[in-house]
Amino acid sequence: MYKISKSTHLLSVILIVIGLISTIYAFTNDAHAAWTSLAFNNYFFLGISIFAVFFVALQHVAEAGWSTVIKRVPEAIMTYLPYACAVMLFIVVAALMHWNHIYHWLAPGIMDPHDAHYDKIIAGKEAYLNPIFFLVRSVIYIAVWLYCAKRLRDLSLQGDLEGEIGKKAYNKGITVSAWFIVFFAVSSSMASWDWIMSIDTHWFSTLFGWYIFSEWSAIGFTTILLFCLFLRKQGYLQDLNESIIHDLGKWVFAFSIVWTYMWFSQFMLIWYANIPEEVTYFMERIELSNYRFLFWFSAAINFVVPTIVLMSRDAKRNTNYLIVACIVILVGHWINSYLLFAPGTLHDHGHLGLTELGMGLGFLGLFLFIVFRSLTTRSLDIKHHPFLEESKHLHT
Amino acid sequence: MNKKILYAIFDDEEILLESVKELRSKEIEIQEVYSPFPIHGLDHALGFKETRMAITAFIYGCLGLTFGGLLLYYIMISGIGKSWPMNIGGKPNFTFYQNIPSFVPILFECTVLFAGHLMSLTYLFRNKLYPGASTKSPDPRTTDDKFLMELVVQGSDLEVKQLLKSTGASEINEKEIEDE
Repeated sequence: MYKISKSTHLLSVILIVIGLISTIYAFTNDAHAAWTSLAFNNYFFLGISIFAVFFVALQHVAEAGWSTVIKRVPEAIMTYLPYACAVMLFIVVAALMHWNHIYHWLAPGIMDPHDAHYDKIIAGKEAYLNPIFFLVRSVIYIAVWLYCAKRLRDLSLQGDLEGEIGKKAYNKGITVSAWFIVFFAVSSSMASWDWIMSIDTHWFSTLFGWYIFSEWSAIGFTTILLFCLFLRKQGYLQDLNESIIHDLGKWVFAFSIVWTYMWFSQFMLIWYANIPEEVTYFMERIELSNYRFLFWFSAAINFVVPTIVLMSRDAKRNTNYLIVACIVILVGHWINSYLLFAPGTLHDHGHLGLTELGMGLGFLGLFLFIVFRSLTTRSLDIKHHPFLEESKHLHT
Repeated sequence: MNKKILYAIFDDEEILLESVKELRSKEIEIQEVYSPFPIHGLDHALGFKETRMAITAFIYGCLGLTFGGLLLYYIMISGIGKSWPMNIGGKPNFTFYQNIPSFVPILFECTVLFAGHLMSLTYLFRNKLYPGASTKSPDPRTTDDKFLMELVVQGSDLEVKQLLKSTGASEINEKEIEDE
């Protein structure tokens, strides 16, 4: 059983306080920028926690044995999902109530041909981008994700209590996971169109869903790895051997490359074809001086740092190398998350400053608080799992 | 001086691996192991030096990248690119660096192509596996379901044979080496 140390608890509480102060300051100062900041910071941790659900489901359907001893970690991370989803739903409802103006296509009269704000291109997307359908979709994604997360978490505990090799709960888990993965394949793409891509309403990219999924994977694996390293350092997870750390390191490395691949594929084709309605997305990010540096910087560190630092086998087995690479990746993707939202909502007056950082730290504090608290609720030692022995003796 | 080669046959790779560890701990030199498939952890157990394949991969990758760069520079910019200039997507071909995003896939492919193929060739060359090469395995069953350990013994082989038997060798064949 994990016990939260005083300093860890204090740290998460301090971070939450910083977050609250920043949020209040941001909303009194510039509400529009504050909503954007809220949306992108929440999106970042939403990605981490939904990926944890995907990770557990993936291990089930692949009947993978290597990850069994660390499965409590993604199971704890996924308990943050309800909070992230609640904030996301709040942002969606607030957008529909016109409390915020993140989604340009929700502006009144934009789809009315007799209105001064009429936009022909946006009006053409009315069949998909209309308030009711938008809300219904958001609710469906969130409901199914939360149901599957809860079910997988419960089944995992049932397997522990079942005795012998816990096959019954595990097999049920496979069924739930298979359905979840099929649903997630579609819903992860659609959620990213709805919540992120529709901010730049005129623009669209058929690669966008995969691009977001690859980002979730990169930050998801990074977070799982960091928690594993932390718990091992605190003296828990004694069965966690070097090979599992090595495998997680490979995943972090691989998905950083996949992210770069997606990023570049999207960028290169649009850059090459140079069609006005497509390049506007990148023009905003490259030509505006407040985003230009962040744009190239985040793309560069998200690719170069994991590639160089985690290339060799020894580095993937070295805690210090891994921690440095993981933190850089998380920071890089956090900046990239900002760039997914801000240029579309704030245009030329967006700045990634202390208020955004403060709100990010607040979310981090909440995330750590929830995840550490749920780590204390069940034993970190797994019992009666069909692949437990395989995982303990993993050797690569 | 009589030198002997012992061929110990094993039925299972786990038993072989344990046997290798046992023999190595008694400081008995193992010449070679023949197996129908790669055995995990065997190279480590035999005490082989770390493979230098990764270094060759890096060198070949750099070579491929350079080749790809020069190829593109000649085709798109300086040589053929001058004789038949192309304007693709409003991007004139005067400079290399301004067109670099469109060259990245080709540079990448050249890097992978060179690294992959030259590594394979290096591997084959290093193991003397050229077309028409004859097998080095002393027993054809090592291509089917048996594992073979080859040892060179000087003097009495009784102790080694006993050790092999006790660690699970299913049969032991021997061959005298004539002195030169």
